[in-house]
Amino acid sequence: MQFRWEWEVFLRDTGGGETYLDWMISAWGWTLTVSACSWVVAVLAGSVVGTLRTTPSAWLGRLANAWVELFRNVPLLVQIFIWYHVIPSLYKPLQEVPSFILVVLALGFFTSARIAEQVRAGIQSLPRGQREAGLAMGLTLAQTYRFVLLPMAFRIVIPPLTSESMNIIKNSAVAFAVSISELTMFAMQAQEETSRGIEVYLAVTGLYMATAFAVNRVMAFFEARLRVPGYVGSDH
Amino acid sequence: MIEISNVSKWYGTFQVLKDCSTRVDKGEVVVVCGPSGSGKSTLIKCVNALEPFQKGEVVVDGISVGAPGTDLPKLRSRVGMVFQHFELFPHLSIMENLTLGQIRVLHRGEEESRDKGMKLLERVGLREQAAKFPGQLSGGQQQRVAIARALAMDPLCMLFDEPTSALDPEMINEVLDVMVELAHEGMTMMCVTHEMGFARKVAKRVIFMDRGEIVEDATKDDFFGKPRSERAQQFLSKILHN
Repeated sequence: MQFRWEWEVFLRDTGGGETYLDWMISAWGWTLTVSACSWVVAVLAGSVVGTLRTTPSAWLGRLANAWVELFRNVPLLVQIFIWYHVIPSLYKPLQEVPSFILVVLALGFFTSARIAEQVRAGIQSLPRGQREAGLAMGLTLAQTYRFVLLPMAFRIVIPPLTSESMNIIKNSAVAFAVSISELTMFAMQAQEETSRGIEVYLAVTGLYMATAFAVNRVMAFFEARLRVPGYVGSDH
Repeated sequence: MIEISNVSKWYGTFQVLKDCSTRVDKGEVVVVCGPSGSGKSTLIKCVNALEPFQKGEVVVDGISVGAPGTDLPKLRSRVGMVFQHFELFPHLSIMENLTLGQIRVLHRGEEESRDKGMKLLERVGLREQAAKFPGQLSGGQQQRVAIARALAMDPLCMLFDEPTSALDPEMINEVLDVMVELAHEGMTMMCVTHEMGFARKVAKRVIFMDRGEIVEDATKDDFFGKPRSERAQQFLSKILHN
């Protein structure tokens, strides 16, 4: 028996007044929203935690270290279930919080641990004299980070940050586990309802790839824009 | 201007500075030399508290550096420092390197800071480079910018931590010329350097350090004429005959 493509499946009505294409686009929107919100949480938390790990304060460093170990030593899927099932039953007010927020926190904090390590590595790759030069001219430690260390550290970590940003889009697929109607959730339900799993999964795969690649291009644009003239490793 | 009294410092159990005492008066140029690992850089970094020390006292312009309540950023803004590896900020243009401290620490206006920066660049012969970035300049040029950057803060005194030892030989003089000029203008300077020609030309005193101790602290003529310690004699004969 020969296989027949049936891409028209996307034009079928879901039974709710919309086509499967409409549903897929809206699911894609959820994927993008979850990813974007998690990215903001991850970059903010990761930057703060990574920076704290390089400050002279021993207890802030330990606190940041604990953060990193906590969020990177537990599988992402388990973390999502903990946010969804465990924490709200320990702390009742969280039961009112929509699962979208819980997923954003779970994915954001999970990724923040990885970004924190990258930011730390970026800061530590700078010569020790840079910090000394900032302090020696009378900048406070905070100003030295703000004007001297972090601008260079962030440029250095753009490549791993690009991978991390693409990972966040792919990792957002686990949100299906708490019934967020994102792309993976759509794929599973649509294939069940239509029995056209091949078309559905190929389309979803294409969307994931296109999205991740677009993120890659955006980051490459910033990498080129922020390149420091004459600095080792840059082109001119 | 700078008084260092009985300063000792340990890294764990290893003592890097042993009971060091010396002073640099206003308008004086003092050169600190000695073999590598003798504690010269550590000592000079104690002056602006880049290196903490466990015993003794450093007083700069009447303010104790190690005292708990000291406003270190304020004190450091009045002590210029030039590093071995220049330490210009690579992501900032030459002009921005010169204005950062003026704007953020001294709260000068943007325009005033640029004017000041331009004057200092002119003085070190790099006016045309204002819009470039540190990575586009030679080592000698970068170090001259670093000196201009320190001068932009109108410092009371200047610390130099081996300012020429990372430079190619043909670039050493362009930096030393700027330093000699500065000395002739009466700047108070403490310089860790092996450039004995520079010491001969402008230093009032020479300090010789070895294994964390100040072994010799003599006037220039005494130091080059008849150093008392054998270690200093050996050191001098080695670096002068190269």
